[in-house]
Amino acid sequence: MKRLLAHPVWAGVAGMALLLALGAALPRWLLFLCTMSAANGIVSLGIVLLMRGGVVSFGQGLVFAGGGYAVALMANKLGVTDALLLTFAGGVVAALMALPFAALLARYRGIFFSMLTLALSMVLYGVLVKTESLGGSDGFNMSRPTILGMRIADAWSGYVLYALAVVVSGVLAILARIYFESARGLVSLAIRENELRVEYLGASTSRVMAANFVIAAFMGGVGGALAIMALGHIEPQFSYWTTSGEFVFVSILAGHYSVFAVFVASFILELVRSFSSAYFPNTWQMVLGIFLLIVIRFLPRGIGSVWVGWQARKEGRS
Amino acid sequence: MSTLVTILVDGVSYASWLFIVALGLTLVFGVLKILNIAHGSFYAVGAYVAASFVNWFAGWQLPPWMSIIALLCAALAVAALLAPLVERGLLRVFYGRDEVLLVLVTYALFLILEDVTKLIWGANPYFVSAPYSLFGNVAVGAQTYVGYDFMLIGVAVFCGVGVWWGLNRTRIGKVVLAVIHSAEVASSMGVNISRVYTFAFMFGILLAALGGALTAPMISVQPGVSVGVVIVSFAVVIIGGLGSIQGAAIGALIVGLARALAVHTWPPAELFSIYVAMAIVLVFRPEGLFQQVQARKI
Amino acid sequence: MTPILSARGLNKRFGAVVAADHVSIDIVAGEHVSLIGSNGAGKTTFVNMITGYLKPDRGEIFLEGRDVTALGPRQITQLGVARSFQIPQLCAEMSVLDNMLVAAACGDGALSFWRPAHTRDKLDRAAALLERFGLHLHSRRRVAELPGGVRKLLDIAMALTHRPKILLLDEPTSGVSADEKFPMMDTVTAALGSEDVTVLFVEHDMDIVTRYASRVVAFYSGRILADGAPDQVLVDEEVKRYVTGSAH
Repeated sequence: MKRLLAHPVWAGVAGMALLLALGAALPRWLLFLCTMSAANGIVSLGIVLLMRGGVVSFGQGLVFAGGGYAVALMANKLGVTDALLLTFAGGVVAALMALPFAALLARYRGIFFSMLTLALSMVLYGVLVKTESLGGSDGFNMSRPTILGMRIADAWSGYVLYALAVVVSGVLAILARIYFESARGLVSLAIRENELRVEYLGASTSRVMAANFVIAAFMGGVGGALAIMALGHIEPQFSYWTTSGEFVFVSILAGHYSVFAVFVASFILELVRSFSSAYFPNTWQMVLGIFLLIVIRFLPRGIGSVWVGWQARKEGRS
Repeated sequence: MSTLVTILVDGVSYASWLFIVALGLTLVFGVLKILNIAHGSFYAVGAYVAASFVNWFAGWQLPPWMSIIALLCAALAVAALLAPLVERGLLRVFYGRDEVLLVLVTYALFLILEDVTKLIWGANPYFVSAPYSLFGNVAVGAQTYVGYDFMLIGVAVFCGVGVWWGLNRTRIGKVVLAVIHSAEVASSMGVNISRVYTFAFMFGILLAALGGALTAPMISVQPGVSVGVVIVSFAVVIIGGLGSIQGAAIGALIVGLARALAVHTWPPAELFSIYVAMAIVLVFRPEGLFQQVQARKI
Repeated sequence: MTPILSARGLNKRFGAVVAADHVSIDIVAGEHVSLIGSNGAGKTTFVNMITGYLKPDRGEIFLEGRDVTALGPRQITQLGVARSFQIPQLCAEMSVLDNMLVAAACGDGALSFWRPAHTRDKLDRAAALLERFGLHLHSRRRVAELPGGVRKLLDIAMALTHRPKILLLDEPTSGVSADEKFPMMDTVTAALGSEDVTVLFVEHDMDIVTRYASRVVAFYSGRILADGAPDQVLVDEEVKRYVTGSAH
């Protein structure tokens, strides 16, 4: 049993089953909080995927909003209501949005990459605010989706969306883990450390970076789709840079050593957010800023590095 | 023809305050190697303090021209009090870390300053239009323009020439240039790096706050001004090349003219125009106009 | 016999410095060519131009008859030219073994999104190559912790992973202590073993040159001063005066 769980696929499946069972016992507010943690966590997982290649996107709001708006429009205008289909569609639309920029951005590293992605997301924000047909700065509402052809009853809506978020994020987490361990995943890490060497070994760094950007965009779109279904409302704020900043915050808090850590970090942020809005409603940004400074100062490799470190030490002993 | 003149005047006056702000951003990056996301927050603080000072001066029944002095005092106060506090108290802890991580540190600072300004000045807008009419109107052809705009152009030219002169013709400027070139080498030559960092940061913030103070009479000072400014300043330094003074000047002109062209011909494109200009420059010069790409020794 | 590598009239200037002045060389398969010359003579510039890191201002480079002048490092590597570096280019935070796996992954053509980087087969091949270089004892260690000589060897081992036709070694023994130079070159030649590799190496130590080179090319201020068998080139008066400094 223990050996079986050491395999990422089975560990992921077991984790999903556990969370699905646990969900039945959770109060509604906590279910919602977990759903949002999962949705936002997927977006941050995309940033972690980019971070492994050495770049940080400061504009994932672009694909988060792209996926979210696409899903809301499909539901309202095209009558597509199936939640699974919408989730997937959100990812695909976001990936298609990222595609034309991938080749250009793949040439940039460091702060340039961060700033250019930030600029892109702010362009979308500007467009959304000015587009009256999409509700301008107020956004618009989306009706509740169906799942596998069934309507979702009011009493169950919280749990169903939670379950969807758990399954989708679980599957993407497993896929991400497989990708991180793959040949391409290892080369991503090598690019982070020594790009020149990778080119001199015959691999194209810009193609790897472009592919990573599109994969991260897919994840951002999926996260956006899940978030809008849970919130029932979308607005340009999805593409605002402080939204992107929170995704980056979660990736920094998680570090790039563990996939699971990303979701833990996302959950921590949601907890802090809901407590701050209850107790310090006017200084939530300040709380976040101070929290971020503390993490960068004392845990620069993220919480993931802590238990990956434990594991390594344990293996070293046995 | 008159539209063309209007575009030129608007574009250049927009470019002037933008240049002042972006110059501060690029100087701080050049010396400290930190791309300061909170630069816009210092601009906003400058604008708020200016608004308070102008109203304060007005309460003393001083002659109207003193309001311009109030603006300058506001910028100096921000640079003298807030900047050293941030540099010594916060940034210092993180020197030497990865440049993207440093961006995040300044992002945290941005978040904190955003709430602090709201706590101090509230969420309501401030209007300080008094200094705006100080310089009268200027007729160019058939059109009249506000004299204040031309004063701004003058201040921008003064700042640009002053910084260039200060860096290239004074002893302390040469020290700063040495640090920009290589902090390690400068340090081994006996330069007090820590003092240069504090000085450069204060000077960069002075420019940000000055930009804020000088634009305060032209805008409504309210939460959110910092974001717009920092994003446009980024566009300027990315176009011009990070750390380059000529770059900041040319970048500001490009952005200012592109924006003015959009505003007067097709207003919905106002925001786009800046990014279109940036995209065009980056396609041809991925490192910005004035950035030298150096091959790594292998 | 058609040369495997051929440079025709390469010119390269950096500002006022002439780093290559009409450099023409034909290399025949199987040769072990040593490039000698004082610092700044243009040896590394030559290696950098051959491998696509620098573009010559004028001149052409042919690889097995094909013009490769306009190609970048990646395409040239894919055509079978590998190199090591004066400053070893490694992934410092990874283990020695992971560095070898990066090398293995990069040469496999399309990088797989799902096939693991650490398959038994790839681990075995990496381990075997590490053993040929005597690096197997270090395989779990982080590169940043290793001494310079070991890094140099790893740099060369990574270059050899995909059985290149031509191997360029940029100062393989620089930074290696005097009594370790010969053992190190012995290790490299032993690792090359029976493989049919053409080797070009930049070298300052004339004892190494005489022992390991079948041909010597001497550079001086961007020009080729002499080119031929070691026993001819090393006794040339000009070479003695400008390169080896052994003229009396």
